[in-house]
Amino acid sequence: MKKLTKLLTTAAIATGLFAGAASAEDMRIAVVAKALGIGFFEAAAKGAEEAAAELGDVEIIYTGPTDTTAEGQIEVINSLIAQKVDAIAVSSNDTDALVPTLKKAMQRGITVISWDSGVAEEGRQMHLNPSSNPLIGNMIIKLAADELPEGGQVAILSATTTSTNQNIWIEEMNKVMGNYPGVEVVATVYGDDLADKSYREATGLMQSYPDLDAIIAPTSVGIVAAAQAVVDAGKVGEVNVTGLGLPSEMAGAIESGASKSFAIWNPIDLGYSATMIAYHLAKGDAVAEPGASIPMGRMGEVTLDETNSGAMADPFVYDASNIADFKDIF
Amino acid sequence: MNLAETQQTTARQIPDRLTTPLVRTLKSWESLLLLVAIGIFILNSFASPYFLNAWNLSDATFNFTEKAMIALAMALLIIAGEIDLSVASIIALASTAMGLVMQAGFGTPAIVATGLVTGLLCGAFNGVLVTRLGLPSIVVTIGTMSLFRGISYIVLGDGAFRGYPSEFAWFGQGYVFWVITVELTIFAILAVIYGIVLHKTNFGRAVYAIGNNATAANFSGIRVERVKFILFLLTGLMSGLAAVCLTSRLGSTRPSIASGMELEVVTMVVLGGVSILGGSGSIPGVVIAAFVMGLVTFGLGLLNVPGIVMSIVIGALLIGVIALPRIYQNLRRK
Repeated sequence: MKKLTKLLTTAAIATGLFAGAASAEDMRIAVVAKALGIGFFEAAAKGAEEAAAELGDVEIIYTGPTDTTAEGQIEVINSLIAQKVDAIAVSSNDTDALVPTLKKAMQRGITVISWDSGVAEEGRQMHLNPSSNPLIGNMIIKLAADELPEGGQVAILSATTTSTNQNIWIEEMNKVMGNYPGVEVVATVYGDDLADKSYREATGLMQSYPDLDAIIAPTSVGIVAAAQAVVDAGKVGEVNVTGLGLPSEMAGAIESGASKSFAIWNPIDLGYSATMIAYHLAKGDAVAEPGASIPMGRMGEVTLDETNSGAMADPFVYDASNIADFKDIF
Repeated sequence: MNLAETQQTTARQIPDRLTTPLVRTLKSWESLLLLVAIGIFILNSFASPYFLNAWNLSDATFNFTEKAMIALAMALLIIAGEIDLSVASIIALASTAMGLVMQAGFGTPAIVATGLVTGLLCGAFNGVLVTRLGLPSIVVTIGTMSLFRGISYIVLGDGAFRGYPSEFAWFGQGYVFWVITVELTIFAILAVIYGIVLHKTNFGRAVYAIGNNATAANFSGIRVERVKFILFLLTGLMSGLAAVCLTSRLGSTRPSIASGMELEVVTMVVLGGVSILGGSGSIPGVVIAAFVMGLVTFGLGLLNVPGIVMSIVIGALLIGVIALPRIYQNLRRK
C-alpha cells in the first residue's frame, strides 16, 4: 500500500509539472452555459472563440450542465475552480443558489462575471445584460419608423397588461416618440402571450384601423401571431410587423414580407463581449466598480451602473440579409 | 431466540453465501467495486494534474454526499423489496418548509428541525400508503413525487427563499477540520450507523428476510409492515437531512431544487450491489459506489467532459458492473 501511494504521488507530481508548464502562458476563460445543446449558448460559445482568436493568448473552456439546474451548474463550477481557471463567465440557472460557489471561486482568485442571466451582486464582479430597457424601447419604434419616412399609424400588440418587461419597454418607447415626428401610436392591445389571442387582436387592429402601417409586438409570441394575421388578411406590404422575436420563428415572416425587420440580442456578440470583459478583468487592466468602463473589443465598451451591471448594445436587427445565418441558431 | 434463528436461516439461504469466506470476500461485489474505485482514482490522477489536491478532492465530495446520505436509507428500503422515488421531491418540500420558517424569523435550530420533521412526515405519508393500504411503493412514490414538489411550486411559484442565517451555512459549506467537510463527516457517521444496523442487528436481519420472502418473514413472526414503515420513515428523515445540507450549500430554496436526484440515488444503491429485486446488498458496497460516482463525475469534470457524456459513462459503469458477475457465472456453468 505504501508503495502504491508513493507511485501515485510521483505520477501526480510528474503530470502536474508537465501540465503546469504547458498551460502557464494561456489565460483560461470558462464560458458556462445554462445547459449544453441549446442553440443560443452554442452561438455565444462561437462568439467567445472569436474573442479568444482576436486576443491570442486565451483558451476558452465552453461547458455547462446537461439540464438547466443550479446543482448541475455548481458541479461544473466546482470542477472549474479545481482546474484553477483564470475567469468564469456564467449565464446562471439560479440567481441565488450559485452565489456560495462563485464566492468561493472569487476567494481563490478567479474572476467571476455573469452574462445573459445574472447572479446576485455578491456572487459576481459584474453582470453583462444583452441590452437595456431604454435601448430596447427606442429600437422597437425605430424599426417601425425607419419604414415610414412620411410618418403613419402604428399599433402595439403587447403580452399581458401586467407584463413587467413589456410595460417598461413601451414606457421607454413613449419617452422617445418625439424623435420620430409623424409616427402616431393609435392603439395598444394585449394578446396575453397566447398565439390565438394575439392573432385575433392583430386581426382586430387591422379592421379597426384600415390605414394602419405597422404593428409593433415586443414579445416573441405576439410578433409571430401578428405576422400570420397580416398574411391571412392579405395585407403584406401594407402593414409591417416588427418588434422583438426569435430568428428561428420569424424566418417565415421575413420571407413572406409580412415583417421587414425585427430585433433581439445577438448571442454571438454576447459571448464575444463576455469573454472580452472577463479577459480584461482577469488581466487587471480594468476594474469592476460602479461607473467604470470596460473595453469589449469590436463591441465598444460597457459602463457599469451602481449594481455593477452594464448593457452590451442595441438589440441586433434581423432582416432578409442575415436571417438565414441565424434562423438555425436560436 | 426462535425469531433470530429463523432470520439467520433465511439470510443463509442467499446462494452466493455458500462459498468459503476467503474466496467469497475476494469475489465479492465490494472488492470488485473497490478495484473499480482505485482504478478510477489512478486514471484520474494521470488524466488531470488538478485531481490529487486535498482541497479539490474535498470540493468533489459535495457532488455526492447529499445523495449518498439518502442512498444509505434507500439501500435498506430496496433490500426490503420496496423503493422510494419521491426522495428528491421530499427535499424540495422540506427545503420550502425551511424557507417558510426562516422567513417567519426563526433561527438555525428551528430551520434544521423543520427540515428533518418535514422529511419524517413525508416518509410517514409514503409509509402509511404502502403498509396500511397495501399499495405498491413504486406507484405510491411516483404519485408523491409529483405531490410533494407540486406543493413547493404552489408555495414558491417562480420565486425563491433567500437570506438564510449565516450560521445555517455551516451544514453545507462548513468544515470540521482542515478539508473534511461537515457533509462528509455526517455521511461517514451515518454510514457506520447504517452498517451496524443492517449487518449486526435483528432489525437488519429482518430487513433481509422481508426482502427475500415477505410471507415467510411474516410467518416467522417478523412484523413486516412495521419494519417497512420504519424504513420509509428513515428514508424520509435522510431526505430531510439532505434537504438541510443542500439548502445550506445553495443558500436558497427554489421549487426545482434537487430535481432528478431520485434516479441518481437509486443508481448509487444499485451500483453498490443492492439487488433491485430485494433481499441482498450491503452498506460498504453503497458507500464505495458513492465514492465511485463522485470520483467519476469529478474526474470527468476536470477534463471538461460534457455532462451528457458523464451520464453515459455512469450508465455504462452500472450495466458493466452488474453484467460482469452474471457473464462470469454463465461462463462457469458452461
